Amino acid sequence: MALPIYATTGQKVWHYTYLTICAFVLFFLIAPLIVVIPLSFTSGVFLSFTPEMLSLDPEGFSLKWYKNMLGMCNDPSIKTMCSDKWKTGAINSAIIAVAATALSTGLGTVAAIGLSNPLMPFRKIIMATLISPLIVPLIITASGMFLFYAKVNLIGTYTGLILAHAALGTPFVVITVTATLSGFDRNLVKASQNLGANVFTTFFKVQMPLILPGVISGGLFAFITSFDEVVVVLFMGGPETVTLPRQMWSGIRQEISPTILAAATCLVLISILLLTTLELLRRRNERLRGITH
Amino acid sequence: MSSVDQNQTLMTQDGVPLKVSLKRSQRRSKMRAFMLVFPLLAFIFISFIVPIGSLFTRSVDDTLVNEVLPLTFEELKNWDGQDVPGEPMFAAMFMDLKNADKIQIGRVSTRMNYEKSGWKSLLKKTSRKMKNIDGPPYKEQMLKIHKRWGKVEFWQSLTAMKDPYTLGYYLNSVDLKYGYNKSIEQQPEKRQVYNLLWKRTLLVSLLVTVFCLLLGYPVAHLLATLPLSKSNLLMICVLIPFWTSLLVRIVSWMVMLQQEGVVNDTLVAFGLPEEWRLPMMYNFTGTLIVMTQILLPFMILPIYSVMKTIPPSYMRAAQNLGATPTLAFLRVYMPQTLPGIGAGSILVFIVAIGYYITPELVGGKDGRLIGNFIAFHMQNTLNWGLAAAMGVILLAGILILYWLYDKIVGIDNMKMG
Repeated sequence: MALPIYATTGQKVWHYTYLTICAFVLFFLIAPLIVVIPLSFTSGVFLSFTPEMLSLDPEGFSLKWYKNMLGMCNDPSIKTMCSDKWKTGAINSAIIAVAATALSTGLGTVAAIGLSNPLMPFRKIIMATLISPLIVPLIITASGMFLFYAKVNLIGTYTGLILAHAALGTPFVVITVTATLSGFDRNLVKASQNLGANVFTTFFKVQMPLILPGVISGGLFAFITSFDEVVVVLFMGGPETVTLPRQMWSGIRQEISPTILAAATCLVLISILLLTTLELLRRRNERLRGITH
Repeated sequence: MSSVDQNQTLMTQDGVPLKVSLKRSQRRSKMRAFMLVFPLLAFIFISFIVPIGSLFTRSVDDTLVNEVLPLTFEELKNWDGQDVPGEPMFAAMFMDLKNADKIQIGRVSTRMNYEKSGWKSLLKKTSRKMKNIDGPPYKEQMLKIHKRWGKVEFWQSLTAMKDPYTLGYYLNSVDLKYGYNKSIEQQPEKRQVYNLLWKRTLLVSLLVTVFCLLLGYPVAHLLATLPLSKSNLLMICVLIPFWTSLLVRIVSWMVMLQQEGVVNDTLVAFGLPEEWRLPMMYNFTGTLIVMTQILLPFMILPIYSVMKTIPPSYMRAAQNLGATPTLAFLRVYMPQTLPGIGAGSILVFIVAIGYYITPELVGGKDGRLIGNFIAFHMQNTLNWGLAAAMGVILLAGILILYWLYDKIVGIDNMKMG
């Protein structure tokens, strides 16, 4: 939005104030994340920039906190607890997130196909039910799940956490896949069946390739939901199922060391990776829609 | 007119009326659609709806006491509530305690302690020394074990638990309690905490919503009016935090806002005296700052998507017709963005009101919200009834707000970045 040449001084002042405000807000949004990254390479033990770092002296930087995170404990200068807890946490998180994503993507995609059928009965109320895990605050979900899963002995197990996380992830899959299906030409299904394909062939050869971007992005949403989730893990997890966010939580509560910043940097990179993938998928989806219409 | 006669019904090839055949095929299609949805519906029902339901039942459930002390509650019906009851009541209490095992007494005494503190030690001591009593009269011997048996308040507090269901936890969550025979009373002053908490939670959510609106509106406008190549670049600043783990964002704010943090260090470098370092973490301010940053994308994205649909020619037209830029903005542009403002505000408010992690980690003592107390009662005091009741009240409020959200934008239109 450029300023016209005939703008008055007042308008000019206002325009630049407005741009400054916007710059400030965008800075406010992104700055904390940016600050974490260089600090995670500190050679000091505190969470603030040392004079060496500010003068860009190579002495001020090191990878020791990353080594500490990976469980390489041969640095005598680090007094922080050093173990492979971060590694186990990451593995646990990955196992739970992958299983929960598979469950929620599978069920969610099939359900979304049913929901996008114009003849689907009770559509609105069913949709509201399926989306409800997204609406209810996590603390309430976690409390309720704790009370119920304790009765069926699923507290502290992988199964319990996978089921819980799958429930939290399904709304994303249902929403994205139904949105993708709204641009899907149902005549293609009819044409395929008319040409003699059975239900499964039609689904896997015709419908699935076209809605795949939606399914993948729904799956990514579900994955990141599970991968970042900590409240339910706090309530339902046990010593065997410490996930990465759970490990981070106890790290924050006990003592914040630059090891946490190293882990945080890794997580920021993962989210950037996911975001890029999502954006590419969105563009591909838009292109595909352009063709089907 | 076709060759088909008017009063002759249309038939398919196999001689079934077309209407019947269509209906049948539609029913099949409906059935098939439902069968596709059914597995997920069943899954969500079992893994999510039922657990939430168990929160409801837990919040009104009072069967435990009634099951363990059946004779006492039977006898309580005949008591006038004025003086310390007579021998039959003591006998009933004695028999009930004798029939109960240790674990049951432990759980019951915890429950009764919520109603009147002192029950726990009273029951523990009595059940330990009960084997010395071998026959009636029970009243004197029980009074000898613990003098609290002779206090009428303890017997009166039993009347609040006389039914297998209770609204007591709901009363407790708004600083009320059951008095004699389930009359409703105020909590004593030093035990009043929850009304303050509810107010604080509402205040924080409201302030966060207002801050998000003030900060988010100009940015949404900038994003909506810039050419696409530039706005996509700036959009990254909004989307990366949105997709970054909550804990990472909290950690980064801790680095920024601590006493020795980046913000304070910068201020000191610009000449702020050392001893004036601002306390911005582990208090109310910390909760506000961090929650605003975390929820800002929830405000920017809906407003942005509404602003994107407003043609820029409207503003030009308004100004062409003689409006000043301010007037054109207030009368032409702003009203059209109201649906976005409404959607964003409700969304931010709803998410804020149920927050737990952020206030727990950066809130300190005076930044804690209702969610933190739910967790506290679930994990520390184990007063699950109270936690459940607070959760149900919170959930009811949120559902009302969502109903509003649905009226304004429609849940189907929910977008995620």
